[in-house]
Amino acid sequence: MSVILIKGGHLIDPAAGVDGLRDVVLRDGRVAEIMAAGKAKVEADAQVIDAKGLTVAPGLVDIHVHLREPGQGHKETIATGTAAAAAGGFTSVAAMPNTVPTNDSPEITRWIQAPERKASVRVFPIGAATRGLKGEVLNDYAALKAAGVVAVTDDGHPILKDSTMREVLKNATRNGLSVIQHAEDTRLTGGCSMNAGVTAFRLGLRGMPPEAEYGLVERDIRLLSELTREVNGSKVGHLHVAHTSTAQAIAAVSQARRNGLRVTCEVAPHHFLLTEEHVRAYNTNAKMNPPLRSIADRDAMIQGILDGVVDAIATDHAPHAAHEKEVEFERAPNGITGLESALGLSLRWLHHEWKLPLGRVLSLLSAQPAALLGLKGRGTLTVGSFADVVVFDPKAEWVFRAKDSRSKSKNTPFDGWTMQGKVWWTISEGRVVFKGV
Amino acid sequence: MPLIAASAARRSVVRPALTAFPEPYSAGSVMSVHSLTVERVSAILALATQLENEDPLKRATRLAKRRIALLFYESSTRTRTSFELAAKGLGADTTLVSSLSSSIEKGETLKDTGLTLKALGAEAIILRHPSSGSPWLLERETGLPVLNAGDGMHEHPSQALLDLRTILAHLRPGVETATAETLAGVTVTIVGDILHSRVARSNMLLLPKLGARVILCGPPQLLPAVAAEAGPGLEIERDMAAAMKQSQVVMMLRIQAERLAGLQLDLEEYKSSYQLNEARLAEYAPGALVMHPGPIIRGLELTGEVADGPQSVILEQVHHGVAIRMALVERALTAGSAAACDAMGGRQ
Repeated sequence: MSVILIKGGHLIDPAAGVDGLRDVVLRDGRVAEIMAAGKAKVEADAQVIDAKGLTVAPGLVDIHVHLREPGQGHKETIATGTAAAAAGGFTSVAAMPNTVPTNDSPEITRWIQAPERKASVRVFPIGAATRGLKGEVLNDYAALKAAGVVAVTDDGHPILKDSTMREVLKNATRNGLSVIQHAEDTRLTGGCSMNAGVTAFRLGLRGMPPEAEYGLVERDIRLLSELTREVNGSKVGHLHVAHTSTAQAIAAVSQARRNGLRVTCEVAPHHFLLTEEHVRAYNTNAKMNPPLRSIADRDAMIQGILDGVVDAIATDHAPHAAHEKEVEFERAPNGITGLESALGLSLRWLHHEWKLPLGRVLSLLSAQPAALLGLKGRGTLTVGSFADVVVFDPKAEWVFRAKDSRSKSKNTPFDGWTMQGKVWWTISEGRVVFKGV
Repeated sequence: MPLIAASAARRSVVRPALTAFPEPYSAGSVMSVHSLTVERVSAILALATQLENEDPLKRATRLAKRRIALLFYESSTRTRTSFELAAKGLGADTTLVSSLSSSIEKGETLKDTGLTLKALGAEAIILRHPSSGSPWLLERETGLPVLNAGDGMHEHPSQALLDLRTILAHLRPGVETATAETLAGVTVTIVGDILHSRVARSNMLLLPKLGARVILCGPPQLLPAVAAEAGPGLEIERDMAAAMKQSQVVMMLRIQAERLAGLQLDLEEYKSSYQLNEARLAEYAPGALVMHPGPIIRGLELTGEVADGPQSVILEQVHHGVAIRMALVERALTAGSAAACDAMGGRQ
């Protein structure tokens, strides 16, 4: 197989504690050697990437994407979604199970991972926690795990019944799977299309109260805590809170961790950048679930990231066809694309404006999410790891244009935004899957 | 719990710019009273008076044979008829498309219906729709001037303008223009189902621009506390008597059964606290104007005696609607803007 030599770049590998000029040799899909810059010998058959002045980092890991296959190929396919991922510097994506049909079985899990899907980067399927995401009958977690599932969730269809959620946590823990919850008490959000508050009142839209999110986060933490006591802490369950958007949810996660529970959370770029004000022109690209929140909540997301409470940045990449979004605000589906803007926004705002060190930004986008879902050999570039690499110019500014997106859908509120950090190469398991121009 | 938010507030760092309330693309569009500055309001009032006083035959040459579409997804008596009479009074051809006798029933989207009307030669669209914000979608997709004739729970700007004209006729007779002080010293109480009312939103945001004080009055289920933060000059007073005592205008609202979304309301209790009856009116606001955007439900939010009584200006409001809507239609087709002309491909 092929050999790639990445010469003279600035390697940042937070998990390995590396931050300096290095040559990186990739061979047969794995990291073969890491050497001081200029030390690597150029083998005759090697492809040489001159990374002088560029940053070399572990390929990014997005643990929350909707690739829409099977069933909704008009929005996105695994091929187009992973092409967008590659363009955004991602080499691993975890695919949510709310497909048509939902990912309830080893067959669908295998179908998603089959070579025929032509994925550019590695896809890790997430299984449906309950049959058809209905919150009633649990799926066979052992079988799902054997087929390649890395976590279970009913994403978008939160599990409200205590008894069901307790069973889900118990079974997932027994099988060594994480439970991801989209925390929304849907009994409080019927007919709602944005955050509750004065902006919703002003716009004549029904609002989702923040307690619909943090109330369920607190409930889940309570259930996990009871379960942990039951098993004497011998086998610790893992609860992961998806797309956290309220200050109180962040506080609840932080408190749970202080109490010794394994609770993690992710934040999406739109929740640390935008607020409910962006809904003002009834822009359906400002409609997602959880909704854009208040300024105080947005600031709490930033603070949670800077303080280290937030474990991962995840995009909740949710493509929808143009005709599906070109409708009345209340009727439009939730969600925006995110794979091609996440790195640019994170570097522009978290690093450049808010001075989070580059290594920590990259860790939130690779090492930490990989560790969170136990993706072995991902999110780091130690020798023997998968040859998943992103090479980018951390200083370059560029303007994101939705129309140029590799995703099949263009539903993004960040069209025309200035990004920082231009991706030059994305390498997935030793193959160049994206080359910047 | 809010410790995190507090510490974020202490850290003074740059944030992405917030978006302002957007202006319409076409200068002739009126989708929210937000874009109506006092100067624009004043010009609309002056134009309404001018058109009302103009010789009808001359008036009918202003927009002779121009095409205006009325696109109505909800039922309407007053608004639809007065917009139609207004447009016809200016000589325009009007066509009514309603959700119940058109391809909308077959699943055509608002975008496609709007583009179809444009292809048929419509130069402006008057839209009533059950979804808040739908005029923005229609304007964005067609590039035509859009007059909002009521969108969901959001706004009903032409109603607020005709309410303003009615108030001025009584409290500021002879005044035909407006400034930021025109209604200084005037208190207007809006009573009832404010949460679901687009009329309330437009009035509570328009009247303070002219110096009026607006008191919102109703039970918490129909009037959330957050309403007082919607704009300047707003207060909440849950006690109807206390609110009425301070008011020169009492504006009653219908309970919007179609938008209650499962909310349970004890109507007898509501009437005992918030119905406008003769006894209340005589005791707390014997000199006030009684207004209502219609349709009224006699015996619920107000009694028949009050609706028909000497303080009621409900039918005058309807009458003022025609003049105001003539001004809005005239303005929609003549205010022009580069964007609007481009979108129409020049005027055909």
